[in-house]
Amino acid sequence: MSDIAAKEPQGHIEVRNFSLSYDGIEGPVQAVTDTQIHVKPGEFVSIVGPSGCGKSTLLNAVAGFLKPTTGIVTVDGERVNGPSAERGMVFQQYSLFPWKTVRENVEFGLKMRGMPRSQRERAARTLLGLAGLEAFEKHYPEKLSGGMKQRVGIVRALATGPKVLLLDEPFGALDAQTRVIMQQILTNMWQRLKISVLFVTHDIDEAIFLSDRVYCMTARPGSIKAEIPIPLERPRQQSMMMSSEFLALRRGLMSLIREESLKAMGGEINDMGMQGLNIELHGHSLVEVL
Amino acid sequence: MPPSATPPSFGTLALRWYRLNQGRLRATAIGIAALIAFLLVWHLLTTYRVVFFVRFTNVPSPLAVYASFTKAMHDPKFLMHILLSCRRIFIGFSLAAIIGVPLGLIMGRFKLVHEIIFPVAEVLRPIPAIAWVPMAIMLWPTNEQSIVFITFLGSFFPILVNTLHGMSLVDPVLVRAAQCLGARERSIFREVYFPASLPHIFTGLTVGMGVAWVSLIAAEMISGQYGIGYFTWEAYSLVQYADIALGMIAIGVLGLGSSLLIRGAGQLVMPWRAK
Ligand SMILES: Nc1ncnc2c1ncn2[C@@H]1O[C@H](COP(=O)(O)OP(=O)(O)OP(=O)(O)O)[C@@H](O)[C@H]1O
Ligand SMILES: [Mg+2]
Repeated sequence: MSDIAAKEPQGHIEVRNFSLSYDGIEGPVQAVTDTQIHVKPGEFVSIVGPSGCGKSTLLNAVAGFLKPTTGIVTVDGERVNGPSAERGMVFQQYSLFPWKTVRENVEFGLKMRGMPRSQRERAARTLLGLAGLEAFEKHYPEKLSGGMKQRVGIVRALATGPKVLLLDEPFGALDAQTRVIMQQILTNMWQRLKISVLFVTHDIDEAIFLSDRVYCMTARPGSIKAEIPIPLERPRQQSMMMSSEFLALRRGLMSLIREESLKAMGGEINDMGMQGLNIELHGHSLVEVL
Repeated sequence: MPPSATPPSFGTLALRWYRLNQGRLRATAIGIAALIAFLLVWHLLTTYRVVFFVRFTNVPSPLAVYASFTKAMHDPKFLMHILLSCRRIFIGFSLAAIIGVPLGLIMGRFKLVHEIIFPVAEVLRPIPAIAWVPMAIMLWPTNEQSIVFITFLGSFFPILVNTLHGMSLVDPVLVRAAQCLGARERSIFREVYFPASLPHIFTGLTVGMGVAWVSLIAAEMISGQYGIGYFTWEAYSLVQYADIALGMIAIGVLGLGSSLLIRGAGQLVMPWRAK
């Protein structure tokens, strides 16, 4: 356990002058442009933004799966150039290895590090215990509910004691009640392990409830539109979501995102050649129509 | 466990077992009934020597086949035919699996290998193994080797193609998950690509085993001196009609047995897919 209970917060993420474009048939597609973000050690930061604005792109670059076209990504001053066990990741799609039991999945990172079997078994059991999953250690993922799969996914990503945890809409596929429970579990683990978290979501309530700070992105090509500190005290209770402070934050973020979503959709509707509907769908007028 | 008053009686247990297995019991019962009906129809068609488009005049009856079966069981030559066929399958199929699976895995992982080998494989693949018989006889010094070669060819392509297919379907998110848990190329191959492809590899092995038998029997009939295919063909030449059916049934049973073996192996190797 000693290696996962960090002594001093680590995991300072810094993304500077970042842009990334994909190669498309009609030339490069600019996904993210001119972006600066940072996550302080031990901080919980969320990224929200309209669909397709480049949230996953940004996160995948921090994970090391994508190379920035311009700019630089560093963690604790070291340049990121490829995936590593220092940066744990939880994906939106369930990504447990179906051929491994729950415990073997959690052990995977430790195995890759060369930890002897008995030792990593013990470590995996301890972690599964913390997440309330010890009863399922011998199950194959197929037999688990969606919420449990993601819980195992989080535990697996944390097992190697990463400096930062990256999550890409991890609860997107879960029902509302399970979501709330998962948010609580994630908060608990984060506070216990004192690591930095970068969390992508399109759920505004989720972002506010979990985060110390929220970045709101613009429509594609994505960049940072606003940075909103969340001064709500911790530990946070579900009841806080009714407080005026929470609701004010929510209103603010909501209107930011709405603006961007409409911009994004306006583009799409124009792309589909729907001007024939006799509605002025260009940019601003769409905002008024809706 | 709830504090139940009495343990369930034997009767209730039996009833519960019956309910749980009702579907399987039903399928077994119907299956047995269908087999009996098949034998009965066969019996009637042959005893009355029915001629109705097809001629059953010379077709042996089930009883005649059973008689030649009991005789064959005491005949070391018949057992030798079977043993030889099994040996050819074993060698040809094993070689195909030992070469086909790793080759498919490597082709799936390394583009260059794929680009080199795939076109050649695509050209050779549609040629039925039987069409290889003359070439095989020229290529290999002994008859035995050419028959094994035909068997190998028959099973090789289904195994290769299915392994490749399995590799192409590996979920990239699993590869990414492994990468950010610290896995390097070798571990990713062993821990992700290989197990993820196993279901398709086993599909390939099952199909390959079927084609191996088809190719073997054809090769034995054309160029063999021993083997169950040769036995069946010889029976026709010698006007031993009951032995024809016996040979056919033996081939069927052997084919079924070998595919059951593969299925069993698959369940052992892939416990996560057990029902
Ligand atoms: N491999 C790719 N090739 C070309 N374009 C891509 C590729 N991946 C993503 N894009 C484009 O880049 C943009 C950003 O994609 P990204 O997946 O980062 O968005 P996102 O904010 O995560 O969206 P969502 O909310 O739907 O998950 C999208 O418009 C997408 O169409
Ligand atoms: Mg995304």
